[in-house]
Amino acid sequence: MSANHHNMKITFKLFAGLSAYLPSDATRNSTEIDVQLGETVHQVIDRFNVPREEAHLVMVNGIYISPEQRDLSEIRAGDTLAIWPPVAGG
Amino acid sequence: MSWTGKILRVDLAAGTCTSEATNMEWAHDYMGQRGLATKYLVEETDPKVDPFSPDNKMIFATGPLTGTIAPTSGRWSVVCKGPLTGAIACSNSGGFFGAELKNAGWDMVIFEGKSASPVYLDITNDQAELKDASDLWGKSVWETEASLRERRGDPDVRVASIGLAGENGVLYAAIVNDLDRAAGRSGVGAVMGSKNLKAVVVRGTVGVTVNDPMALMKTSNVAKEILAEHAVTGTGLPTHGTQVLMNVVNEVGALPTHNSRDVQFDGASDIGAEAMAEVRESDGEANLVSNHACFGCPISCARRSKIDPTHFTVKDKPQYQIVSGGLEYEAAWAMGAANGVNDLEALTYANFICNEQGLDPISLGSTIAAAMELYSTGAITQEDTGGVALEFGDTKAFVAMVEATARGEGFGKELGQGSLRLCEKYGHPEFSMTIKGQEFPAYDPRAIQGMGLAYASSNRGGCHLRGYTVSSEVLGLPEKTDPLVTEGKAGLVKAFQDLTAGVDSSGTCIFTTFALSGDDIAPMVDASCDGDWSVERFVEVGERIWNMERQYNIAAGFTGADDTLPERLLKDAAKSGPAKGSVNRLHEMLPEYYELRGWDASGVPTAETLGRLGL
Repeated sequence: MSANHHNMKITFKLFAGLSAYLPSDATRNSTEIDVQLGETVHQVIDRFNVPREEAHLVMVNGIYISPEQRDLSEIRAGDTLAIWPPVAGG
Repeated sequence: MSWTGKILRVDLAAGTCTSEATNMEWAHDYMGQRGLATKYLVEETDPKVDPFSPDNKMIFATGPLTGTIAPTSGRWSVVCKGPLTGAIACSNSGGFFGAELKNAGWDMVIFEGKSASPVYLDITNDQAELKDASDLWGKSVWETEASLRERRGDPDVRVASIGLAGENGVLYAAIVNDLDRAAGRSGVGAVMGSKNLKAVVVRGTVGVTVNDPMALMKTSNVAKEILAEHAVTGTGLPTHGTQVLMNVVNEVGALPTHNSRDVQFDGASDIGAEAMAEVRESDGEANLVSNHACFGCPISCARRSKIDPTHFTVKDKPQYQIVSGGLEYEAAWAMGAANGVNDLEALTYANFICNEQGLDPISLGSTIAAAMELYSTGAITQEDTGGVALEFGDTKAFVAMVEATARGEGFGKELGQGSLRLCEKYGHPEFSMTIKGQEFPAYDPRAIQGMGLAYASSNRGGCHLRGYTVSSEVLGLPEKTDPLVTEGKAGLVKAFQDLTAGVDSSGTCIFTTFALSGDDIAPMVDASCDGDWSVERFVEVGERIWNMERQYNIAAGFTGADDTLPERLLKDAAKSGPAKGSVNRLHEMLPEYYELRGWDASGVPTAETLGRLGL
C-alpha cells in the first residue's frame, strides 16, 4: 500500500438480513476492516456489496447518517459503522 | 354490526352471568376494546376505589375488528384500575382467546365483585357459567390451560388464566392466554386473583357479522398486501422478531443497563435476535425454533424457542425442555441488560417462568435490577435476599430471584411488590426506574428524548406502547427524526398516542402501524361498522380516549406533578454513546405537550377541550 493510501481500522457491523454480506471472520455481526483515508460511508457499503436500498439504518458511532450524507460522510479511524435493513419491534 | 351488541356481566359474589345490550352510543364514541371498556369502567366505578376491592371491576374487551378477516384481528384487552400504579390499567393481548370470545358473541365481559371461593368462567357461545376452580388454585397457567382443555374435551377451546403470581397478588401479575400471550402490564392478573377468578375458558362458533363484507374483504386485502410487501412487517418482524432491536438500541446508546446506571451493555449482542438464531455448540440447535402468529396475523412476529437442555436452568427439569414462547425484546432487555445478564438460555428460562406463572417480565426484570443496585450499595444484604449475593451480572442470582418471585417465596415476596415499593422500603426511592409506579421499558430517554415525554405522560405509567416514538426517532418509520433533540417531540408524542389509542380500540395490532397508516386502518373499521369511519374520526376517538383516561387518573388523585421521570434520567448524564453527557430534557417538551393537548399549565384538560371531545 502506497503512502497515499493510509489504511485505517474501523469496526464494521451488519445486522438482521444484511449479516450475509459480512466478511467470514465476523463474530456476533461485527468485524474490523481497513478503510482508506477519505473513504465515504457509501463507498464502504458498495465495497461489501450491501444493496444501498436495503441500508436503511446507517449509523456511525451510533449516530444516524441520512441517505444524502452517505456520499459525503468520510469514515475516520476508530469509527464504528453499523447498518440495518428496515427493522422494528417493541 | 361488527360489534356483537352483547355484553356478558358476571357477578362473582352472586355467581351469576347475565347478558345485556352493548351501549351502542358509547361504542360509536369509543369504538371498542380499550376505549369502550374504559368508558364502562369510568361510568361504573369510583376512580378512588382500592384496586383489590370487590368494587373494582375488571373488563375483558374485544374491538369491532376482533375476530374478523381484518389482518391482526386477534387483539383483546383487559381494563381495570391497576394495583401497581393506582391509575387506569389497560393491558392488550394477542393469541386466539380474544377472537374466540368475539366469535362466541360477546363484545365484552364485565367482572364485578369477588367470588367467595376460586372459580372459572366457562363460555360456549351464549351459554356462560361460573364453575368451581378449587382444584385449579395453586396451579400454573400451563397446568390450568391443559386441565381446562381436557375437562372440556374440545381442543378448540381458548383459555386465559392466572398463575401463582396472580393468586399471590404480585403487583405486576399478568393474565396469560394461549400459553404465552399475555395481558402483561400493570398487574391486571393480580386484580383477577383478588376476585378469586382463576380462568376463563371459551368456545365460540357464532361468527362475527360485519356491515359490508365485500368492502371489508377489499380493504383487508389492501392492508394485507401492504403488510406483506413492507420490509418490516413482511420480512423483518417475521424473520427476526422484536428482538432485532437489541443491537439497534444498544448502538444508539439507549439500552438501559445496570438499572439505568449505564446506557449500553457489553453483552447486548449475546442476547439479541441474531444470537437467538445462532447454532449452539452443545446440542447443534439454535435457541430460536420458529416464528408464530396470533389469530389472523400475516406478520408472525412471535418467537418459539427451546432452551439448551444441558443448561443449568433446565437440565434436571424436562418440563422446560420444550418449545414454547421465546424472548421478545422488552423481556430480553428487562431481564438481561437491566441486570447485566448476558446468558440467552437463562433469559429464555426466565421468560418461560413468566409465561408459566403469569408475570410481566418488564416489571420483574426492572425490579430485580433495582434490588441489585440496593445490594451493590449495601442497602440490602444477603440477610434480606435469603443468602443470595445479588450482584449485577450474576446469572444464577438472577434466576434464583425470578423463581422466588414466581413462587412467592422469601425475598421474592418483596420483589413481587415492584421496584418503587421495594426501593422505598429500603430508603432509596431514587433507585426505582418507574413512572407513576410502573417500571419503564427498554429505551433510555436520555438518548431518545421523545420517549421521555411518552413515558412521563403515559396514562398507565412507564410504558412504550402508549406512544412509540422510537419508531420515528430511532427506526426511521414512517420518517426519521433526531432522537437527541426535543423540538417537535410534543407533537410527535401526541400523534402517536392518539393513533395508538384508536388502534388499541379497534381489535387490531399496533405493529401494523409500522407499515399501515390510519388511512389504511380506518377503511376496515368503516367497512365493518355502522356509520362513517373516516381517519379523522378514528384519530379523534383516540384523542377522546386519551383524555378520558387522563380524567380518570386525575379523579384517582394524580396531578401534573406525576408527569415526570426518575431523577436519574433528568439529572445523571448518559455515560457513553451518542447521548454521552445528556439528560432527558422533559421540561422543554411537557409545557408544549399540555398546550397541544388543550390542557392547562397543570396538565388538566380545559372545559373547552372536554367540550370539543364530548367528554
